Order: sequence, then C-alpha cells, then structure tokens
Amino acid sequence: MVALDNLTVSYQQHAALHHISGRFEAGSLTAVVGPNGAGKSTLLKSIMGLTPIDAGSITVSVPRQRIAYLPQLAEIDRGFPIDVVDCVQLGFWGECAAWSSITSQMAQRTSEALREVGLEGFDRRAVGTLSSGQLQRVLFARLMVQDADLVLLDEPFNAIDARTTAALIALVHKWHAGRRTVVAVLHDDQQVRAHFPDTLLIARELVGWGPTASVLTQDAARRARAMAEAWDESAEYCQIDSKPVGRVLA
Amino acid sequence: MTVSGAFISDLVLGPFLEFAFMRRALVSTLALSLGAAPLGVFLTLRRMSLLGDALSHAVLPGVAIGFMVSGLSLVAMATGGVVAGMAVAALAGLVSRFTKLKEDASLAAIYLLALALGVTLISRHGTQLDLLHILFGSALGVDDQGLLLVAGVASLSILALAAGYRGLVLESFDPAFLAASGRRGWLWQQGFLMLVVINLVAGFQTLGTLMAVGLMMIPAVSARLWHDTLPAQLVNAAVQAMLASVTGLLLSYHLDTPSGPTIIGSAGVLYALSLLFAPAGWLSRWLPGRHKAA
Repeated sequence: MVALDNLTVSYQQHAALHHISGRFEAGSLTAVVGPNGAGKSTLLKSIMGLTPIDAGSITVSVPRQRIAYLPQLAEIDRGFPIDVVDCVQLGFWGECAAWSSITSQMAQRTSEALREVGLEGFDRRAVGTLSSGQLQRVLFARLMVQDADLVLLDEPFNAIDARTTAALIALVHKWHAGRRTVVAVLHDDQQVRAHFPDTLLIARELVGWGPTASVLTQDAARRARAMAEAWDESAEYCQIDSKPVGRVLA
Repeated sequence: MTVSGAFISDLVLGPFLEFAFMRRALVSTLALSLGAAPLGVFLTLRRMSLLGDALSHAVLPGVAIGFMVSGLSLVAMATGGVVAGMAVAALAGLVSRFTKLKEDASLAAIYLLALALGVTLISRHGTQLDLLHILFGSALGVDDQGLLLVAGVASLSILALAAGYRGLVLESFDPAFLAASGRRGWLWQQGFLMLVVINLVAGFQTLGTLMAVGLMMIPAVSARLWHDTLPAQLVNAAVQAMLASVTGLLLSYHLDTPSGPTIIGSAGVLYALSLLFAPAGWLSRWLPGRHKAA
C-alpha cells in the first residue's frame, strides 16, 4: 500500500526522519509510536505529500482521492458557522469537488456515518457547540464517508474521553475488518498492544517495524528515547548515499 | 398628506428624487454593499479581518501609475489598482508558499513597500488633493464609467461567490483537509483575494480605497453577532451595508458632511447596536439567566 524507500525529511537541515525504509501492507493496521519529536506526524504528512522530501522516495499504490487523512485536532477552526451534516459532507469533496450536488445516496451514507459514531440527531447542530469528543466523532464520520482505502490518523484520541475513544477504536477495527489500510500515530502503549497488530517505532530513525509484541520492548523504547534527544547543532552532514527524491502515487 | 408622509418624502425620498448625483451615489453604494459585505464575512471567518485594509493600501502604486499615464481617468486608475493589488496578493502568496513565513507576515512586508511606492509616485507627479481623492473618493462624483465598474464588479463577485461557495467554505473552515485532498487549495485562496482586490478598486471612486474597506468589514463583523449559520451572516452583512449606505448618504446630504465617512459612520452605529442587542452581543449576557435543561 505504502512503500518507504530510504525516506529522509528535514527541517532546517536537521533530519526529522532519517533514512527510513519499509512498507505498510495493504489491509494492515499499524500504530506509529515514538517519543516526542520522533517524526511521527512528519511521516504522515510526507505520505500525504504535505511536506517536501529531502531524499529517498514514497510509493503509494492508490490515488490521492483514495487516502483519508485526519490531522491533529488543533488545525480546525471551531468557531466556524457550519453544521454537523455540512461538515461531514465535506468528505465528499473528492467525489463532488466544487459543483456536483450531494446525491440522496450520499445523504444516506451521511446519516449512517453519524449513527455509527453515535451522533444521531446532531445533524443541524453548529460545530462550535460540540465538545472536543463530539467534534472528533464528527471528523470520524467524515472519514467514513470518504470511503478511503488508506486511512492516516494523527493522534486521533488525544484529549478524548475513554468512552469516545472506545467507540472510535471500534470503528478502526471495523475499517480493518473491511480490508482498509489504517495507520495511526498513538501515544498510549497499552492501547497499541490491545488493538494494533503491527507497530512502527521511530525516533527519527527506524527503531522497529513489525508485529506489535516484538517491536514494543523495553529495550527498544530506551533506544528510541536516546535517539530522539540527539538534536545537535554541530552535527555533521549525513553522508549516506540516497537515490533521487520522489513521491509516487498510483 | 400626514406629517410622517411629508417627513418621508422631504427628508428621505426628496434628495434622491431631486438630484441625479444622489441617485448615482445610491446605486453605486448599494451595489458595492452587495458585493463587498459578503466577502468581508469570509475575511473575518478566515481571521483576515485586517487583510482588506492591507490590500487597500497595496492598490495605491497601480492607481498612481494609472494617474500618471492618463490623469484622473477611471479606467486607467482602476486597471492599475487591480493589477497592483493582485500582484501584491500573488507575491505574498508565493512568498508564504515557498518560505517559512505565514501569509499575513509576507503580505505585511509587501503591501507596505507597495504603499511607499504609491505615495512616492503620487507626491512626485500629483498634488495633495489628488491623493486625498484617491484615498477617500467621493460618492457624489460617481460618473457613468464608475457606475458600470461598480455594477460589473458587484455582479462578478456575487456570481463568483455562488460558484465558489463550497470551495471557499472548505478552504476557510479546514484548509488542512483541502490541502490533503490535493486539489490545489491555494488557488481558492488566491481567487478569493482577487475578488477582494477588485471590490476595493470598485469602491475607490465612490468611497475611496480606504473607506471601501469599511463598507466591506464593519457590516461583516456586525453580522457575525446575529446568526449561527453562514448564509444568514452573508445576507445580514449585505443588508446592514445597504442600510448604512442609504442612511449615510441621507445624513451627509442633510448635515453637509463628506459622504464616504458618513456611510462608514452609519455602519459604525449599526455595529454598536449589534454589539448591544445581537444574540451574541453584550445585552444577552445580562438578561436574567434562563437556560434550558438540555
């Protein structure tokens, strides 16, 4: 689904992701973990093509319209005068773009999605009146109507109460059962062990990638912390040879 | 005729019935209100309330060059203004796309340079009076060309807003989502800024570039206090702008004050009333604390 080949991304010449290679298999459910500043969000952004790549390449086997991406909560304007249904139906942007109208089948899919996230009857509520948990449910409903093959979630359960988290994790399991590929950046190791079959542990460099039990070991966590803390102004420029830069979509 | 009937015909209808320049001023400010005020609502939603002000200064060098080339010709000055405004908006967009600077920071730098250039050009080739005319306009001196310009721009703005509504809403509400969908989100932003620029230029004969921003922003800010939904806010802003235009023109006629500032002042009164009485305003917080159980 997504193949990383020697991927390097840097901010002001400091590597945020350093020569990472590997692949997210189609239909896999992977947690991306690592200490703060490990490059987890950067990884998702570079898969979406939202940040320039310094070296290496990313190959995604589905077109952009088949990828759904949920950035961290902070990037949305909650004071915007838009209601729940309209917000969810923005998920049809890939199909409808600026002018096509919403079909009755799409309206149907909208109400189903809202029911599944437990927001029945919230249709015309303004987004600004929702709690952050409810807003996150709305955004999950939007992900559902996007009907994507690849779903990228950046810390989707931050500042969300336990009940909502459980409901949203159940949705993630459903996507997994439906053979969608899901990649989620997470902080909670317990949650990862309980729900995510695969784990990618990064600390700017690749620490481990594979079945969760074999990746999330104490030794690996220690190594990850040590690597992430090594931001060095006087560090030498990296000399590892790399292939030409590129990001390939199907 | 009753007393109130005489009052209406003398004070309210009289000036417009009697004088052609008042009718022209009325038509041009009403058209401006329809086009500019809804754009203002989008500007406030995008936290770019001060951007209109920046762009209104940015058009100055273009207007000045138009003035140098062909004197006080509306076509030349308007064309120059549009070109300059769009160039500044596009440059700022490019800078923020290819460097670390955010849009507002790059715009601040570039519009101030444009303003300096404009003032230099005008002071070398014109008089103080010309500068005042460009900055503050005169609703009572609108000619046929000016009317056509305002009407054309207002029509174009409303059509463009209708056609681009969904994209603009998405780009204002959740730009990250639009960027992730890969459909050149920045094009929406640039197109929107172009609309703002042509509206400011359209307002420049009627109100002057600076006062035109007032008709764009003040009703928009007030409108946001009244409604929770965007379509209602857009309509409310246009209505408040039109109300301010009519009231302002009449007051300026009867009190012999300059028309542009009086119109903006009327919008200011509506703003003050909105601050007090609108559902999201001050007074509703002081009413007895009744609340629903759920």
